[in-house]
Amino acid sequence: MKELLWLIVALPFAGSLILALFSRKLPRFACAIIGVGTVSMSAIITFLISIDFLYNNPTGIPYNQVLWQWMDVYGLSAKMAFTLDTVSLTFVFVITFVGALIHLYSAKFMWKDDGFARFFTFMNLFIGFMLILVLADNFLLLVLGWEGVGLCSYLLIGYWFKEPANGYAARKAFIVTRVGDTALVIGIFILFMTYHTLNIQAVLDSAPSTWVVGSGIATITAFLLLSGAIGKSAQLPLQTWLPDAMVAPSPVSALIHAATMVTAGVYLIARTHVLFDLAPIAQTSIAIIGAITLLVAGISALNQQDIKKILAYSTISQIGYMFLALGVGAWSAAIFHFMIHAFFKSLLFLGAGSVISVMHDEHNIFKMGGLWKKLPVIFWTFLIASCALAALPLVTAGFYSKDKILWLAFASDKGSVWLWLAGITGAFITALYTFRMVFVTFFGQIKAQPTQRIGIWMTIPLIVLAVLSFAGGFIELPDNMGHVVLFSNFINKTLPVTTIKELGHYTELIFQLIAAAVAVSGVVLAYKLYFGKKFPADEPQRDALQRFFYKGFDFDLLYDKVIVTPIVFISRINKNDFINQFYMGLGSFIQLLNKALSATQNGKVRWYATALVIGAIIILTIFYS
Amino acid sequence: MNILFYIAAFLAIITTVKVVIGKNAVHTLLYLIVSLLSISVIFFIIGAPFVAALEVITYAGAIMVLFVFVIMMLNVSKKERNKENELLKPNIWIGPSIISIILFMEMVYILTYQPAHTMTQHKVLLDAVGKLMFTKYILVVELAAFLLTAGIIGAYHLGQKEKMIHHRYLKNEKMKS
Amino acid sequence: MNIPMEQGILLAALLFCIGLTGLLVRRDAIFMLMSVEIMLNAAGVAFVVAGSARGQADGQVMFIFILTMAASEVSVGLALIIQLYKKFKSLDMDRASTMKG
Repeated sequence: MKELLWLIVALPFAGSLILALFSRKLPRFACAIIGVGTVSMSAIITFLISIDFLYNNPTGIPYNQVLWQWMDVYGLSAKMAFTLDTVSLTFVFVITFVGALIHLYSAKFMWKDDGFARFFTFMNLFIGFMLILVLADNFLLLVLGWEGVGLCSYLLIGYWFKEPANGYAARKAFIVTRVGDTALVIGIFILFMTYHTLNIQAVLDSAPSTWVVGSGIATITAFLLLSGAIGKSAQLPLQTWLPDAMVAPSPVSALIHAATMVTAGVYLIARTHVLFDLAPIAQTSIAIIGAITLLVAGISALNQQDIKKILAYSTISQIGYMFLALGVGAWSAAIFHFMIHAFFKSLLFLGAGSVISVMHDEHNIFKMGGLWKKLPVIFWTFLIASCALAALPLVTAGFYSKDKILWLAFASDKGSVWLWLAGITGAFITALYTFRMVFVTFFGQIKAQPTQRIGIWMTIPLIVLAVLSFAGGFIELPDNMGHVVLFSNFINKTLPVTTIKELGHYTELIFQLIAAAVAVSGVVLAYKLYFGKKFPADEPQRDALQRFFYKGFDFDLLYDKVIVTPIVFISRINKNDFINQFYMGLGSFIQLLNKALSATQNGKVRWYATALVIGAIIILTIFYS
Repeated sequence: MNILFYIAAFLAIITTVKVVIGKNAVHTLLYLIVSLLSISVIFFIIGAPFVAALEVITYAGAIMVLFVFVIMMLNVSKKERNKENELLKPNIWIGPSIISIILFMEMVYILTYQPAHTMTQHKVLLDAVGKLMFTKYILVVELAAFLLTAGIIGAYHLGQKEKMIHHRYLKNEKMKS
Repeated sequence: MNIPMEQGILLAALLFCIGLTGLLVRRDAIFMLMSVEIMLNAAGVAFVVAGSARGQADGQVMFIFILTMAASEVSVGLALIIQLYKKFKSLDMDRASTMKG
């Protein structure tokens, strides 16, 4: 069964290729079958392989499948080979399973769109590249997947290309992540220079013996890899692209910018955890970046009016939590939160997409209201997902994952109380903006009537994801609530166990109570402020501070002033440098010759006769002297 | 008799110059005819009576007459003629004269750089010409016939008047035939 | 009588150059055509003189052909001049310079 690993990756690529080549001849229904079917089959095969993996592989030995030798040149050897271990299996499961559900949803969502087949081509291509990324056994293949998902993100953000703003957003996403990608590749160069191999496992095995803990080169490499992760996962300072990427269709936002691509950074750091162990400064900075990001993004989300922008900032904030977990060494907690976050965030995006489409492309939550009676399925699934996001205690999966992170942010060896405080504040803000969104959108006065219904094929994924958001947490209960450690045992076969400080027996309970209280109080405050109130169509931008938060702490302005304007200025000055003038001069010289020579043709017979005679004179001169 | 040659040559040159600088079209044509006649005299002197007669009959008699007819038919208005004559200022002549003089100098050089030798003129009579024309140059004669036919047809076609076509929808449209 | 052949051809050359000057200077179509006739005639003189100097009839035959060609050329040329006059309403050949550039 494990030999079918390559099929998981090959099927989406095959689907993408077939759709790219033959979509004009195939009816729309066939395109949908191919697009959804390939990813669904990958999900089924993943399911079978994971059963096999769980039962026949108790110690979690990685399974390697070599397909072929990609290149072998001057010692740079890279194979097309896949490594399946517990971490990559988790990612593969999320990618294929949530991906299949989102494909099913988008078959109905995008049915009326002109570029239906193009959409599924790109989505399948994305799934293929993401699978390569997580299954890669060497850094070169990982970078292939990395770049591939960046490309597909660009293609899908700019999917509705006739609107120029979408193209700008796609370009922005690509260029900002490019900054991170460059750092990542430089880091990989350093790794290759040191270890002369690109195989991930080989590098991680020999790293502790080659580099000293805290040495300069280890720190630099770790920071470079971290920069790559920051770019792809939209953390500070490279987070500006994700809110603008919300011009993509909602299934794209659900798949790429909630569940999978933005978590590639988390995967990278988790995979190369050995290097971060060797560079404690880098690891601490991961935590600090995560903490700051989650606060900045949370405050920005509190001030948004567009429902998808709220969810975008929320994604940035939640990945900040994952980074926080990685930074304090809580590896399995980070992966667990990734999985749960994938469930509820994609559900939120799909629900938001449904709301937007039945409200005739209205994005502003203050123009919606009173939808809970009209759209019951959407409302209940959205509510379940929002509870998971806000981490309401005990009944949602989000509580278990976020609570573990908060606990370990304090209790881990590398944790500190400041990180915990940041996390707790973030949890409060999360609950606040989440339920602000729910109350304003679904309760209150009806501002506009929804006129369409969503079909059964869009409802099924919502329901499945809602069940997972509710029940997914039960595989990992905290120590004092049943001590179910299925998931962390699973992950800890690959990643190290988190070392915890020696604390009192009831400390964990206290922290859990605080976390629960914070979440609930956030909901209560949102209720007080936003439930049943009448709002004007826009929440007024009261003052400069609120505008500042609205723009996401105005990083765009900062980058524009600091980076973009000088570069444009310099390039404008340099437009006419001497190389350019040489080529322009060549052109003008030819034009001058043209003018001169065309003056010799003036259409007069006498002129031509004169030319003839002069020619005759010249020939006679030459011939007879 | 040699002096006859030089007189006729002198006459030909003078009249040709007067043709080139003349202002009135018909007068210049008459000068041209005189030039051709003196050339004919030269032909007689050097012993080519046939072409001498031919020159008079065809060149001076037919071609120049054709010229005169066309000039009279065109009926160029006085204004046009005056405009043409105004443009013939003396300083226009400088450039082309220089070119022609250079060409002439070159030809003089080519003709005289080898030692001159006097050749006796023989009389070449009509029967010799006829014999040559219809044996050695028979193909060229045929080609000349083609040329003349083409000339006739071309001249006829090009000289037609424009027909006025009264089309149903387009009034007074001139159609070039 | 003995006239050096070179002098005869010199006469032809001189007539040719005069006709050439006329062609380059005059604008009027009729005069241009006349200058061309002068040049053709001069070429014919050269042929006849050369043929007569060697006692061959070839020169005269050549002259006959030149004459033929001149005749047809003049007839077609004058027909064209008539058409050009009708189009441009003047005999100035510099007006017919739309093939410039």
